Amino acid sequence: MNWRRVGALILRYTFLYTRSMPRILEMFFWPVMDLLVWGFVTMYLLKGGKAVPSYFTFLIGAMIFWDILYRSQQAITISFLEDVWARNLLNVFVAPIRVSEFIVATYVVGFVKIMVIVALLTVLASSLYSFNLFVMGISLIPLFVNLLLMGWAIGMMTTALIMRLGQSAEALAWGIPFLIQPVCAVFYPLNILPKWLQPISLAIPATHVFEGMRDVLENKGMPVGHLWAAFGLNLLYLAAGALIFSRIFDVARRKGLLAKLGTQ
Amino acid sequence: MFPSHMTEAIVQVEHLRKEFDGTVAVADVSFEVRRGEIVGVLGPNGAGKSTTIQVLIGLTTPTAGTIRVFGQDLEKNRVDILQRCNFSSAYTGLPSNLKVWENLLVFSLIYGVKNHRKKVDELLELFEIAHLRGKITGHLSSGESTRVNLCKALLNDPELLLLDEPTASLDPDIADKVRKLLRRVQREKGITMIYTSHNMRDVEEVCDRVLFMHKGRIIAEGTPRQVIEKFQQNTLEEVFIRVARGGDLLGEVAE
Repeated sequence: MNWRRVGALILRYTFLYTRSMPRILEMFFWPVMDLLVWGFVTMYLLKGGKAVPSYFTFLIGAMIFWDILYRSQQAITISFLEDVWARNLLNVFVAPIRVSEFIVATYVVGFVKIMVIVALLTVLASSLYSFNLFVMGISLIPLFVNLLLMGWAIGMMTTALIMRLGQSAEALAWGIPFLIQPVCAVFYPLNILPKWLQPISLAIPATHVFEGMRDVLENKGMPVGHLWAAFGLNLLYLAAGALIFSRIFDVARRKGLLAKLGTQ
Repeated sequence: MFPSHMTEAIVQVEHLRKEFDGTVAVADVSFEVRRGEIVGVLGPNGAGKSTTIQVLIGLTTPTAGTIRVFGQDLEKNRVDILQRCNFSSAYTGLPSNLKVWENLLVFSLIYGVKNHRKKVDELLELFEIAHLRGKITGHLSSGESTRVNLCKALLNDPELLLLDEPTASLDPDIADKVRKLLRRVQREKGITMIYTSHNMRDVEEVCDRVLFMHKGRIIAEGTPRQVIEKFQQNTLEEVFIRVARGGDLLGEVAE
């Protein structure tokens, strides 16, 4: 790992994201819109239905957490697509850059973007809906880290698929996370899912994070079991993501797909 | 005979074969490129020249054969070799919303260029585009973009430079300037160049030697003059047209 090259790639993304108004707006627009919608839905339910418990505010927490997962996946995939769109992919891959350095740079950029977005959402949720994300205390950190790790793993798999299927498959960058959203119990508890689907859901790290988040908001304490399960599964997912990416990168080189993708 | 500085083989390709899902793009190609040479790889569409170049820069892996660059196996030492090479193509670009100097700064850091600010300024001066330093790359004309790409390609003082149709999008005046500049830079720094182009005038003017490819094989090799004489034509362009239109030319030449 050469950190000078990683730093150069991070600098490039910094130039890219700070220079482009559409990219800055895209970064904030959807999360803020989601927060507004889910925030007002929560307010409505809390005011209208007496049977609705106060921990119903977890909808806002779930929305913020979902955005962490979604954005960390996007950071890797969109960074790759940025090079495809700019026809810069060949310049990157004929430079002395290791694939691991490219991936690490996207991790770092993704982490910074997420921190900025989460900070904004936290302030908005607190001021508009009196929802304090920090009420989760120290549990917030392992929950956050697990979402980040899963986002990176899914990001590597999505990027690999785009590399294999070509630019026409770029919609996967936005679509793949929503394939798992209904199954990983983001906005509702696991027991709402059909019995046969629950084991599948439990095999997804994010399910444990969202279940854990609800436990914390219901004052059930730190969800140690869920956190360990999420962490263990994430290690498997990351290993699988790295393996899939590396195998498909080799296939792409064998089939000449990188050259095609870089000049389309 | 080659001058003494041109005897060291920088690139050694032996029995390169590349198939894509059963389709043969490069059948069996062997050649060497010596230090300080400018070698043109020519041929009609589908001849296998782009695939050969892609294999040489490590973008595509060969089906069979060996490639050694600077005496090292390309597959095993890809990153070390790429540190000493560079590449420019008319078909690639740089991130369009970065300023020219930002793009060059990023690549100079990737290549670990010392005194990178000075180097960037020198190259922009050399290609007569110092006034574009602060411009957004996406706002450049294609000719200006090509010259910025060439600045990128020379940032690390490459020992081996691969140029894929570097003058494809330039008007005749700028193309002429770029050809002369490339020649000058090559003479001053002793860079070894592999050059592909569909512009035969480019090739005649720039290249010391050409490899003429057809249907995945090299059918002629030598100085541009030798290749023209081999095909009994007057210019490389006539050779090119004859090769492109002559289905059984390979056999004809072999005879």
